[in-house]
Amino acid sequence: MELRKHEERNISPEVPDEWFVPKVRNHTEAEAVIRPSLSYWKDSWLRLLRNKLAMAGLVFLALLALLAIFGPMISPHSVEKQSLTLQNLPPSSQYWFGTDDLGRDVFTRTCYGARISLFVGLMAAFIDFVVGVIYGGFSGYKGGRTDNLMMRFVEILYGLPYLLVVILVMVVIGPGLTTIILALSITGWVGMARIVRGQVLQIKNYEFVLASKTFGTKTARIIRKNLLPNTMGPIIVQMTLTIPSAIFAEAFLSFIGLGIQAPHASWGVMANDGLSTILSGYWWRLFFPTLFISLTMFAFNVLGDGLQDALDPKLRR
Amino acid sequence: MNTYFIKRVAAMIITLWLIITATFFLMHSVPGSPFNEERTTNEAVQKNLEAYYHLDQPLIVQYGNYLAALVKLDLGPSIKKSSQTVNDMLGRGFPVSFELGFYTLLVATFSGILLGVLAALRHNGIIDYAAMSIAVLGISIPNFVMATFLIEELAVRFPLFPVATWSSPKHMVLPILALATGPMAIIARLTRTSMLEVLTQDYIKTAKAKGLSPVKIVFKHALRNALLPVVTVLGSLAASILTGTFVIEKIFAIPGMGKYFVDSINTRDYPVIMGTTVFYSAILILMLLIVDLAYGVLDPRIKLHKKEAK
Amino acid sequence: MEKILQVKDLQVSFSTYGGEVNAVRGVSFDLHKGETLAIVGESGCGKSVTSQSIMRLIPTPPGEITGGEVLFKGMDLIKLKESELRKLRGANISMIFQDPMTALNPTMQIGEQIMEGIIQHEKISRNQAKKAAIEMLTLVGIPSPEQRLKQYPHQFSGGMRQRIVIAMALVCQPDVLIADEPTTALDVTIQAQILELFRDIQKKTGVSIILITHDLGVVAQVADRVAVMYAGKIVEVGSRREIFYQPQHPYTKGLLQSVPRLDMEKEELVPIPGTPPDLFSPPVGCAFSARCPYAMEVCDKAYPFKTHLSSNHQVDCWLLDERAKKLVSTFV
Repeated sequence: MELRKHEERNISPEVPDEWFVPKVRNHTEAEAVIRPSLSYWKDSWLRLLRNKLAMAGLVFLALLALLAIFGPMISPHSVEKQSLTLQNLPPSSQYWFGTDDLGRDVFTRTCYGARISLFVGLMAAFIDFVVGVIYGGFSGYKGGRTDNLMMRFVEILYGLPYLLVVILVMVVIGPGLTTIILALSITGWVGMARIVRGQVLQIKNYEFVLASKTFGTKTARIIRKNLLPNTMGPIIVQMTLTIPSAIFAEAFLSFIGLGIQAPHASWGVMANDGLSTILSGYWWRLFFPTLFISLTMFAFNVLGDGLQDALDPKLRR
Repeated sequence: MNTYFIKRVAAMIITLWLIITATFFLMHSVPGSPFNEERTTNEAVQKNLEAYYHLDQPLIVQYGNYLAALVKLDLGPSIKKSSQTVNDMLGRGFPVSFELGFYTLLVATFSGILLGVLAALRHNGIIDYAAMSIAVLGISIPNFVMATFLIEELAVRFPLFPVATWSSPKHMVLPILALATGPMAIIARLTRTSMLEVLTQDYIKTAKAKGLSPVKIVFKHALRNALLPVVTVLGSLAASILTGTFVIEKIFAIPGMGKYFVDSINTRDYPVIMGTTVFYSAILILMLLIVDLAYGVLDPRIKLHKKEAK
Repeated sequence: MEKILQVKDLQVSFSTYGGEVNAVRGVSFDLHKGETLAIVGESGCGKSVTSQSIMRLIPTPPGEITGGEVLFKGMDLIKLKESELRKLRGANISMIFQDPMTALNPTMQIGEQIMEGIIQHEKISRNQAKKAAIEMLTLVGIPSPEQRLKQYPHQFSGGMRQRIVIAMALVCQPDVLIADEPTTALDVTIQAQILELFRDIQKKTGVSIILITHDLGVVAQVADRVAVMYAGKIVEVGSRREIFYQPQHPYTKGLLQSVPRLDMEKEELVPIPGTPPDLFSPPVGCAFSARCPYAMEVCDKAYPFKTHLSSNHQVDCWLLDERAKKLVSTFV
């Protein structure tokens, strides 16, 4: 095993007498703090920035949002105009992603699909957030019997198979965008509630909260100012992971015929339509919707991962 | 140990009952279902329905009858397929789906754990990075997308595997692969995280200080602790595999229960939808229970002992 | 007395996100057969790193032993092949760590954990290993050992667990036991019991002990010799008597002063002002000069020579240089 020789040590016998005088001191020397301290959020943001994969995901999502909003406007074609003569054209300078079996432009439809997916994802996450935070925050804060009861309820709901419930609701209410969001929200908030409650339980006994209480601060204010900022980390992470599962659920439902119905364009519907084309060679009809589904979920997942790493106080350096 | 077991079984029964009840009342509230005023055009079917569901009785009685039938494990007749009952369909389709699901779980678990352990042992190395990148892809790409990709590459472009039906081991490769990638990725990531955390624990240092070889440390000490969180996740993975069979069986034309279920959804065969939902829920809840109990057995800290050391 | 372990100029550094940290900057000490050597110092002074480096238990990214030797039975442990070193670990040199709660594998029976150590190093049957384990448990004072072999760590209290850890470490009858803060995580009363146990075992088996601690009370109870560490170096070493009654290094004096005593009048506690230095860029001279009330210019410019006050007692401090003597009288 090779050893690196340490720097030259001062074994110098040449130590002049003049040095043997009391040291001249500046008082801050001993107490100097070594590193500038960053606020929690700033530190997390910096850490996230360094995560290249997460940043790539963020950039992709930003571009996707732009595509969703402006895509249909810049495209020369409409989303629903059918044409019997222009069926199944491969991608070209005229039709950037080609056309489908009804002559519709795949690019414009993909953009609309983006709108739908992002909308579903964000709405589901938002509802989960609102319901979950209220339920979980209240349960955790109150503690004791109320908490027990509320959590028992959550446990039972947790045991329900998520997609089965969604399918069931869809069958009953009928397909459509609002019903999808409704169905996803019915059991989706449970995960968020659990996390929020766990966080609240941890923090409500910390000293700074007790200090606030002794000053007579109202419950709502305590929740807002003391508890929430410290629990935001896991909440944010949970939301970034709810979105791709909502998008997946929508695509899945559309794929089995329960989701968005024709002639509307969602990526799931387009993928379902495109399924039959595997053998016929019209690859672009399947390729683009599936590509976008995958990339979007990938982007949200790496972003969520990155956020999780960045917001974890234990990894602070 | 016993109180734990009983509590879990009780919770399971409650959840199952909830689903049955919810499903029953939901199905009865759908406009256009034969449970409401609509009569189906087929006389034979209508007869079956009335015999089983006693449609002229008040709703509560119907509910009671349904529960009674369920206890006898009788799930009722189909509307759209007049001579079949739900039990028939399950009998035919479920073994196929079970095979698919079981093999998938096996493949996903073994390869996931292997990948996760390797990545953890070569932390921050190339293997770690590569494995985790593949894992993120696996989590992100939905199983039906994966299926179409596999078909495109491995059956159409390079005709290595057959595409449809379930008639030979060769037929099983693509469907299992498509269904297993997601769960495998999840298991790999979880194993890796868990393993990394375990490896920083003091008892690993103690094991090293005792002079144990690295292999022994990993397999005897680290693994059994690292795998505990993985066991807890198996339950929900089973659920996602199960729902995955719906689309996979559709794409690969596999005659399993999932395919029947999807068909029944599309044809609005409500009794079948209802019966299958109840059946699936029962299976999933059972799986969750098994996983829970397994965890209780594997983690000695859960065992409730009466004597504590002093 | 025969020297059983010799650490010579050990240097260990860590590559961290913020740069390279020189945690151990040239540490040397000897361990004599049958003695208890205590290494004392604040958190972060490098004593744990030193103790773990003896058997190369520091994870090698990010840690690295950059220099020095550790001599044991004619071998340099730093240069030894890993497979050879493994034969020594647990068999000739054992180590126990601070927290008994986490030092034992929670999912493995304690009997198995003790037995695997001896099975690893000696060719004996499981039954014989079992007997040895029971003997050890009896030695460390665990009642009804046969039944307890099959139990799990969470079924024992903290003090009991530490006894099990000690049993595990001693089952192969090693020559050296390194104990890294063995009582820090325990209640004071349990602490006393464990220290008593150490004394007891040393009398019975003649094992040589290196005890790492920050608690001078512990040192006073069990140490034969004491080494005081600061910022990666040993600044003073001597017998227990010498260190407690004739401390020479200002840091040692400061440590002794900062311990509250029952016989103190109602005076204030006297902490050592300031904080330990940042070891990213270690100082050229004495690292304590920033906090030392007697610091001179030379203390920053050059590292002190070693002064030998007796066969046991050595200090690294410029105050003991001839030229400083005339200055000392001017210090209050």
